[in-house]
Amino acid sequence: MSESVDTFGRRLHYLNADFGVKSWLLTRDHKRIALLYLISITIFFALGGLMAVGIRLELATPQGDLVQPDTYNRLFTMHGVLMIFFFLIPSIPAVLGNFLIPLMIGAKDLAFPKLNLASWYIYNIAGFFTLWAVAQGGVDTGWTFYTPYSTTYSNSYVIATALGVFISGFSSILTAVNFIVTIHRMRAPGLTWFRLPLFIWAHYATSLVIILGTPVIAVTILMVAAERLLHIGIFDPALGGDPVLFQHLFWFYSHPAVYIMILPSMGVVSELIAAFTRKRIFGYKFIAGASVAIAVLGFLVWGHHMFLSSQSVYAGMVFSVLSMLVAVPSAIKVFNWIATMYKGSVSWDTPMLYAMGFIGLFTIGGLTGVMLATLGIDIHVHDTYFVVAHFHYVMVGGAIMGYLGGLHFWWPKMTGRLYPVFWSKFAAIIIFVGFNLTFFPQFLLGYLGMPRRYHVYPADFQVLNVMSSAGATVLGVGYLIPLVYFVWSMRYGKRADRNPWGAIGLEWNTGSPPPQHNFHEIPTVDWDAYGYLPDTPAGTGESWGIAVPTQRQDRTQDDG
Amino acid sequence: MSIWPEQFPLFPDRATAIARDIDAIYFFGLGVATVFSLLIAGLIVFFAVRYRRTSPDEVGQREQAPAWLELVWSIIPLGILLFMFAWGAQVFFDARRAPADAVEYYVTGKQWMWKFQHPSGNREINELHVPVGVPIKLIMTSEDVIHSFWVPEFRVKMDVLPGRYTDLWFEVDKVGVYRLFCNEYCGVEHSLMGGRVIAMEPADYEEWLGSGQPQTTLTKSGEQLFEEKTCNTCHLGRSFALGPSLNDIFGTEVTFADGSTAIVDENYLRESILDPRARLVQGYQALMPTFQGQVDEEELVLLIDYIKSLSEGTGASSTGN
Ligand code: HEM
Ligand SMILES: [Cu+2]
Ligand SMILES: [Cu+2]
Repeated sequence: MSESVDTFGRRLHYLNADFGVKSWLLTRDHKRIALLYLISITIFFALGGLMAVGIRLELATPQGDLVQPDTYNRLFTMHGVLMIFFFLIPSIPAVLGNFLIPLMIGAKDLAFPKLNLASWYIYNIAGFFTLWAVAQGGVDTGWTFYTPYSTTYSNSYVIATALGVFISGFSSILTAVNFIVTIHRMRAPGLTWFRLPLFIWAHYATSLVIILGTPVIAVTILMVAAERLLHIGIFDPALGGDPVLFQHLFWFYSHPAVYIMILPSMGVVSELIAAFTRKRIFGYKFIAGASVAIAVLGFLVWGHHMFLSSQSVYAGMVFSVLSMLVAVPSAIKVFNWIATMYKGSVSWDTPMLYAMGFIGLFTIGGLTGVMLATLGIDIHVHDTYFVVAHFHYVMVGGAIMGYLGGLHFWWPKMTGRLYPVFWSKFAAIIIFVGFNLTFFPQFLLGYLGMPRRYHVYPADFQVLNVMSSAGATVLGVGYLIPLVYFVWSMRYGKRADRNPWGAIGLEWNTGSPPPQHNFHEIPTVDWDAYGYLPDTPAGTGESWGIAVPTQRQDRTQDDG
Repeated sequence: MSIWPEQFPLFPDRATAIARDIDAIYFFGLGVATVFSLLIAGLIVFFAVRYRRTSPDEVGQREQAPAWLELVWSIIPLGILLFMFAWGAQVFFDARRAPADAVEYYVTGKQWMWKFQHPSGNREINELHVPVGVPIKLIMTSEDVIHSFWVPEFRVKMDVLPGRYTDLWFEVDKVGVYRLFCNEYCGVEHSLMGGRVIAMEPADYEEWLGSGQPQTTLTKSGEQLFEEKTCNTCHLGRSFALGPSLNDIFGTEVTFADGSTAIVDENYLRESILDPRARLVQGYQALMPTFQGQVDEEELVLLIDYIKSLSEGTGASSTGN
């Protein structure tokens, strides 16, 4: 394969092929756009995190002594809005998906590079809009915007914030359309559907959910705005509307949205488990099918958020049983990952630590989800800290663990640099411990009687709340460490060769960082994904057309 | 007697039979969650140690787990899930369906307080006195946004919505003072919208009722209001009256001009008073004026209670769901 070099003989790749602000802001390269997204979502993650710091500080004591109730309500609302709409929903698809989908399928770019860039701009406009609303005073409705509080009673910047969310929806949709078309049309010759990495399947399913669900929340936001501005009675009974209608519309999008957040993470975990056990993933078709099943069933269970909102008990039963069904494909995935570890060659590299953390925490999140879907249990724990703990186990313990695992796995590919092994493992452990300390006590709090969204709480709940606040401090430190060493590594990290983990996949078959157009020659694929063969020592991977290095390599490489 | 330190309880006290049912299924769910979490965590750790990579070139072994496992781990969880669903649904039914002989109290939530009306006519704010051993049904509505009524020791909870009635019932079996929380975010002072439910021996309760101002029962006050608002001019119950008779209608089926039908419950009565033209009873003209804005939530409750009393003996009692 021929490498292009610059006049000094250095290898050219997507990072050094072009210089200057303009070359970034007008780039159409999916890899650069992924990095732009990485910067944007990291900023929103930090802002959302700051608000969480405010929340946990306030809750360290039962009295409302740190901030005013009104401020507290704005803190938890903005925390939810930023974390869900501006961090978690775009996180894995817009960063890792953007970077990796073309690489994994042997394409030069996404199908619509300009749309891809547009989606980043739209995302930022939406973000700035929302931040502007925060600067004006923020919003206090909860990220769920329940009516008629949001349409009639709240004295905060509901419309501005909701429009921010509305605009961000367009960026999700553009990304999703781009992924779907790319996956359909741009696979390398020979790369059939069942040869695709599971990461691709997960993103395909996620994109479908985004395209089908996002318009519903968009229309709902417009209706909220219409009622709030023009007093058109849709949701407020005083105007002849129905407040529960809002909940149906909201959860019709927002339940599937939880799968927008978790499916990509599951895709990442499938890649990690295969690469760090050097084994073909067990039950490939079951995992792929489970992604699609979750995407479909996910649209049928929204009513489990409304068991106590005057919905009939029969409707409650239907939504309960459907929610139970959606847990089955999740269980299938978990068991298949574990079966893959059986007789694998299990490495304890940092990304694998995150993958194992993901499986454990997602399991707890999923099983407590099953408890919530059990009507007789939900009647007591609905809208309490039990629910708060449940969804943090899934979204932070699950989705964010997967995101971090993926970032650690593909960082050498994205930047061409390695990060410090010790610190990265240390951070992974700190995050795991801090996470559990923060959120496990909340299960107990919820069952004991602490409702969510409480600024002031009875004194007998203090011990558990202090534990949670202490855990949040540990977790916060855990998140800062990778931030530091990732930035550090970009300049000082050892150079990575094309395949530092000895993994199989087209993305490892090109330089680190990849050349501007990904591959010098488009590969022809005649093998299944994850074709680690036991009788072929990792050294001779070239024989199936994929570069697997002679040794796992953390040394400086010729690439430099 | 317990080894667990008392100052760190893991679940609230149980003061109703439903609380015991809910705890039972909760403990079952917790057991399932614990067993599976430990199983999965244990397998991860075991495999990670047992099959730890020993040389940088090592590749996983060819041998795979047997494929029939896919069936095992789909069907076993499915069975457990369906069992939990069925048990949960049964408990939920018991918790949501008030017994026919439940005594009805009315609750109005508003930012940020709870108002209670006893059948005897006593009124309270943020405190509700109830007798133990008597099934009590709360018929609830909100004057503004959505609230939610929750007493952890009773394990019952229900959203309280503006513009309609929802209901919740409990039968306390332990004298005591129990915390009441608003469980649906409702604005600035949501976390302060609490109160207490005070469960007393029936005799003490009677005494407490009598200790305040002499009261007129809800039904009596409703009857007065029925005359004051001149409802009785049309709803006399005679054949030449302009409006349908209200005797013995509660719980029965009513037919509308367009042929559709509905069961007469609190929500239907509410609609008929506030928005009489929404659904016109077959055979009558759209003559009734709206009383929207002329009766407040507490008066509305009086009228409804009175109309229900006209059906006493037919045994019907229901709140629409
Ligand atoms: C095994 C699958 C799951 C089941 C059976 C399940 C079940 C439930 C149920 C029944 C509720 C409503 C609880 C209540 O409000 O009383 C709930 C809440 C929630 N779940 Fe899950 N869940 C599952 C997986 C997930 C996943 C994968 C995510 C996110 C990635 C998630 C995120 C959430 C969120 C954000 C809420 C709370 C929403 C709110 O009220 O603010 N869940 N879940
Ligand atoms: Cu849901
Ligand atoms: Cu409230």
